[in-house]
Amino acid sequence: MYGKGIVKGLLVTLKRFFETYTDDIKHGKARYYTEEGVAYRSSPETRGLFTVQYPEEKLITPEEFRFIPFLVYDEKDDGEQAIRCTSCGICAKVCPPQCIWIERTSDPKTKRPVPEPKNFYIDVDICMNCGLCAEYCPFDAIKMDHDYELAVYDRHVNNIYDKEKLLKPASYYADIRPLNYTQEEKARAEAAAAKAAKAAARAARQKKQ
Amino acid sequence: MTEQTLTPTLNLEERFGDWVTPDTRKGYEGYLVAPEHLIDCAAALRDEFGYDYLASLTAVDYLPDGKMEVVYHVSQSTGGAPLVFKVQVPREDPVTVPSLVSVYPGAEFQEREAWDLMGIRFEGHPDLRRILMWEGFEGHPLRKDWKEAYYEEDTKPFKSRWPAGQVHRVEDTLPFGKNVKYPQGFDPEKWTPVEEEALYASLKRVPADEDLPTEQLIVNLGPQHPSTHGVFRMAVTLDGETIVDLKPVMGYLHRNHEKIGERNTYLMNIPFTDRLDYLSSLSNNFGYVLAVEKLMGIKPPERAEYIRVIMAELTRIQNHLFAIGMFLNDLGAFFTPSLYAIEERELILDTFEAVTGSRMMCNYMRFGGVARDFPPGQLERVRDLAFNRLPAIVDEFDAYLTNNEIVRARCEGVGVLTPEQAIAYSTCGPVLRASGVPYDLRRADPYSIYDRFDFDVAVRYHGDVYDRYLVRMDEIRQSIRILQQAVEQIPEGPVIEGKQQYQVRVPAGEAYGRVEGPKGELGFYVVSNGKPNPWRYHVRAPSFINLTALAEMCKGNKIADAVIILGSIDIVLGETDR
Ligand code: SF4
Ligand code: SF4
Repeated sequence: MYGKGIVKGLLVTLKRFFETYTDDIKHGKARYYTEEGVAYRSSPETRGLFTVQYPEEKLITPEEFRFIPFLVYDEKDDGEQAIRCTSCGICAKVCPPQCIWIERTSDPKTKRPVPEPKNFYIDVDICMNCGLCAEYCPFDAIKMDHDYELAVYDRHVNNIYDKEKLLKPASYYADIRPLNYTQEEKARAEAAAAKAAKAAARAARQKKQ
Repeated sequence: MTEQTLTPTLNLEERFGDWVTPDTRKGYEGYLVAPEHLIDCAAALRDEFGYDYLASLTAVDYLPDGKMEVVYHVSQSTGGAPLVFKVQVPREDPVTVPSLVSVYPGAEFQEREAWDLMGIRFEGHPDLRRILMWEGFEGHPLRKDWKEAYYEEDTKPFKSRWPAGQVHRVEDTLPFGKNVKYPQGFDPEKWTPVEEEALYASLKRVPADEDLPTEQLIVNLGPQHPSTHGVFRMAVTLDGETIVDLKPVMGYLHRNHEKIGERNTYLMNIPFTDRLDYLSSLSNNFGYVLAVEKLMGIKPPERAEYIRVIMAELTRIQNHLFAIGMFLNDLGAFFTPSLYAIEERELILDTFEAVTGSRMMCNYMRFGGVARDFPPGQLERVRDLAFNRLPAIVDEFDAYLTNNEIVRARCEGVGVLTPEQAIAYSTCGPVLRASGVPYDLRRADPYSIYDRFDFDVAVRYHGDVYDRYLVRMDEIRQSIRILQQAVEQIPEGPVIEGKQQYQVRVPAGEAYGRVEGPKGELGFYVVSNGKPNPWRYHVRAPSFINLTALAEMCKGNKIADAVIILGSIDIVLGETDR
């Protein structure tokens, strides 16, 4: 029969239409404006409409989500910031659009480079959020952020981030990337233990001689 | 194992004598052909050896040797590894090479691109005009001695970034215009685009009719037109409502991806490939890392191979869903089908985001593996999608659209491309397979681990718009099949070997890596001279080359159908224009 295909198609539309309501009734109020509601609506089980009402609702950012890097510092017991970055320059060399600028300084007395960078800039207008800097930094000093709401009124004055703006505590990092953080802390602890063991062995050897 | 066994063992020297010489440079393969015998040689390869499909044509500027080289990759449409031959000419203007359009019509746009970007004059080309750059552009930007606006250094990383990185905006230090070259005597105020006239002149005219004198009507569809999927233009001559001739005009989104790629280091190019066909960034990653891995002579571990296949097939599914949705938009089914499709695509993008960190700009594959393993729960999610959600959705789409009378009336018999034309015009992907040519690189020249999976090459035989739709539906089903096998078989293990270096060592030589992307053969031709940056980096873009056949598909159809014919090719302008 001519027109059967159209009718069949319209039935699909109708089914979809009703599904929105049946799903709403099934899941009740919890379907909207709750974290579990958003999680359900992004899962393969979801039925009906699953539009997320941004900004009242927000998609749950998965751990690996990456948006603009930040610099990690550890908080010492006395409240001082211990910046992890050593100015090694790897992130600046790996950055595809070359938007990282690092100023390294040397100690005037010893002439040796100071580990902590004097200046560290990222031009976030140019940053392509590729995450390579975080991936290749050997000191876990630069990580990708989860904060994507960066709109500003004037990009010419606001969008070159300097060291102050880039620094965030390790606790923040642990918060947004718990799995990565635990893994890295474990690896760091192991490396530190291995180093300590080596030093102890050397000390013992020296003592013997 | 696959590449070696399939390499044809043909002896061209025996057949062609001194027309050809084997390319003996270290790391290179194939043959060098004398320019004066190029056309005869290509014709013989096509007719006697079955190399009927021109996969890729590009040029390399060997500035230190004072040579320009045009590189041709030809394939047999029945399958097998490509054969590569080259023509070398002195690097003195005018650089001329005979055009192969008469043998391979699919060379038309690719030769225009090589002329535009490399300045190689193809003698005998029917319509040699710039294709990506604008008409008033001076110079040929892919030449090694050409420098772009805001030029800083030949290769990255730039020295100004570290250790004395004083930030500045590039616009501030180098105001626009200082580094821009204009043609001699150029005055922007007085300039009129001559090539625009050339474009209109190149269109075929309506044949004169004694009884009914008709006026010549030239219509521009685009560049700003919702049907063109971006900024793209079709210049059309019309006889009444019937299309007499058509020329695609593109390049509005051109950013010289290849030049950027040659300034970049090898690793830096991976996130840039995301920006080609931004709907299927993982396929782009895949093709590029395959090419570089070929040069480096490495292979990823088993688990990484499986992850690559899973990601590539998910990419294909979401790309086809999007293509079908947008195609229905072009048909006039305003947004209901496309939103249904986008909803499902969203679920796949959620997985991409959880695994790679980004929904579209995935930047996930690395030389010798992938960046990281699946986070907990994601493989189960993919399994859930592959076994439960997606098959049901494809069936629903089938019920929803496939037998809709309006869809069929609009699509059947429209935009027909015969198998011979499809091959001759170097079309690829669903366009080629809808014309009855079962050519799918996953089977024709298997890469990665595709030889392990059980799936059929989707093929349809009418070559019209409707069949292109059907092929995409079939391919979604086949991809789901591959996914189901892959998630069952995936072994445990590392996803990349050893500690990753940010500067990879790539031995000198050339490599052509290709994958069957959602839009067709996606190839990367990479030439290394042993330095940290590629000497030549070329993308064989399926969206771009498929457009070569657009005019052929449109001729004789009604103007309203041009929109759906374009929609049925499924182009992404990020890739077309590069
Ligand atoms: S952030 Fe990491 S890679 Fe970049 S300079 Fe600091 S330590 Fe080196
Ligand atoms: S995310 Fe990529 S583009 Fe952005 S600063 Fe890091 S390396 Fe550069």
